[in-house]
Amino acid sequence: MSQTLAEKLLGSHALVDGRPTAAEAGRSVRAGAILEVSVDRVLANDVTAPVAIREFAKLGVDSVFDREAVVLVADHFTPNKDIASAEQCATVRRFAAEQGLPHFYDVGRNGIEHVLLPELGLVSPGSVVVGADSHACTYGALGAFATGVGSTDVAVAMATGAAWMRVPESLRVEFEGRPARWVGGKDLVLFLIGRIGVDGARYQAIEFAGPAIDALPMSARFTMANMAIEAGAKVGLFAVDDVTAAYLAATGSCAKPAALRPDPNATYVERWTIDASALEPQIALPHSPGNVLPVRAAGHIPIDQVVIGSCTNGRLDDLRTAAEILRGRRVDAHVRCIVLPGSQRVMLEATREGLVEVFLEAGAAIGPPTCGPCLGGHMGVLASGERAVSTTNRNFRGRMGDPRSEVYLAGPAVAAASAVAGCIVSPEEVAA
Amino acid sequence: MIGTGRVWKLGDHVDTDAILPAKHLTTADPKVLATHCLEDTLPHFAAAVAVGDLLVAGENFGCGSSREHAPIALQAAGVSCVVAASFARIFYRNAINIGLAVLVCPAAARRAETGHTLEVDLASGTVANRTLGERYASEPYPPFLVELIAAGGLVPFTRQRLASSGFGGRRAAPNSPGRTEP
Ligand code: SF4
Repeated sequence: MSQTLAEKLLGSHALVDGRPTAAEAGRSVRAGAILEVSVDRVLANDVTAPVAIREFAKLGVDSVFDREAVVLVADHFTPNKDIASAEQCATVRRFAAEQGLPHFYDVGRNGIEHVLLPELGLVSPGSVVVGADSHACTYGALGAFATGVGSTDVAVAMATGAAWMRVPESLRVEFEGRPARWVGGKDLVLFLIGRIGVDGARYQAIEFAGPAIDALPMSARFTMANMAIEAGAKVGLFAVDDVTAAYLAATGSCAKPAALRPDPNATYVERWTIDASALEPQIALPHSPGNVLPVRAAGHIPIDQVVIGSCTNGRLDDLRTAAEILRGRRVDAHVRCIVLPGSQRVMLEATREGLVEVFLEAGAAIGPPTCGPCLGGHMGVLASGERAVSTTNRNFRGRMGDPRSEVYLAGPAVAAASAVAGCIVSPEEVAA
Repeated sequence: MIGTGRVWKLGDHVDTDAILPAKHLTTADPKVLATHCLEDTLPHFAAAVAVGDLLVAGENFGCGSSREHAPIALQAAGVSCVVAASFARIFYRNAINIGLAVLVCPAAARRAETGHTLEVDLASGTVANRTLGERYASEPYPPFLVELIAAGGLVPFTRQRLASSGFGGRRAAPNSPGRTEP
């Protein structure tokens, strides 16, 4: 029987009364089934873990099912922005100490969770990951069935090593051709969300494939899988290939990549083919990630702030792209440009490569790895009427601050070019 | 459970930032969260909502973040049930997990307006609009969710199962060094 990647991944983790089922039973799993599955990693952050810890205490168990499997990251309001957020981090820190959890990542050793986990080799292809964060779907780039859930799900998964899942239908999206200069993973995924809409893949798995995808580096695949949730998807999956294997080897992950590919005759609810070579850099206008236009069609809208970072575009490749544009140029006098590397390691490598110098000389501010402004937390909150171009993933009303502020979503090239121009521009208008 | 309540009507794609803005995520206290729910979308909602009131929304209700603070805030504010044309998946599972009733019923969602009186029968999945004198059938829950809802949510459901034998096979022995990667 032919299976999609999602059916294979969940089928191979199916449980009956807490015990694995036979491999053949897993091979017969189809979309629509509700299964209990074993989970290989359980993740929560400083916002969602406190609620999960409260629910965990109600379950009547005193330890997590497997200390190695639980990952807690303080990244949303860190370094602590106020007393309330400090208390939340303290709750998480205490729980990690009580439970003896080796994978608790605090300020100075952390990063934004979805940049950090792959970088630390904590996500293996073929695994199932649940995270109390909607962008846990980022790890689909490594061929893991990774999905966002709530705190109660995480509490139960920490206690039992299991979660309930409805096996999603799959949407197959193939990108052909070679993207033009300045067109990256963010532009491909924004274009897709613009086409299918913010609920275009609701409750489905998106399988990304095609020659343009095969040629993409891991950083761009993470960006695309990350934004699958912005189309309503449960997960955004990539088959494992040589690029994945090379990435795993470089991160020192001990996992041997399982050769996971969808079967040739798998059933899809829909198929899309997109010519990547025809795409220009894209931008999502307020207040929806589905409100997408080519940047040139948006017009030269004046802006107040640029944010480069986040779990979507806070990786080294993203900073390299931004630095290519900012090198030898100045951020416009009316724009605050904030660069937040996605992790401690990204920050270190960006420093070693001289990128930090480029940003500072251009008049950008550099901050520690944090979600910060992405969710209107701190370090770049917008005032009423202000406009930002941001490499983050959501531009809902009030997402970065006052409900009367506006967020435009784009990739690092468009963000950096707009910082220089003082208004929304396509990168080629600033850099050749 | 049969509940009758007054309707608050919302549109399509109401996101979790609209239900509970991120700036309030520095607390997990349901009572505090309740005072902020929908504050930028329906500024008078938190003060005026009565226990038992229902939210009725269009497509993709609860899209965006995984914050359980959103359904917790609605539940703590007194909302008895959310009826929508469709839900974003994380919100939907969070609501069921914490015991907040959610029903997929496009017809009821289309017809209801703020101020209407709605009666919801969770067991049969029927929604009746008392103001209009109309009845609609909602999409039935799969059997697993019926069990979960009947238990009162995922925590009581799991407690029961952990207490009974035959579950918990994935728990490592106490003080073991932990499982290694498969
Ligand atoms: S960077 Fe933004 S989207 Fe990503 S995990 Fe942090 S708050 Fe969520």
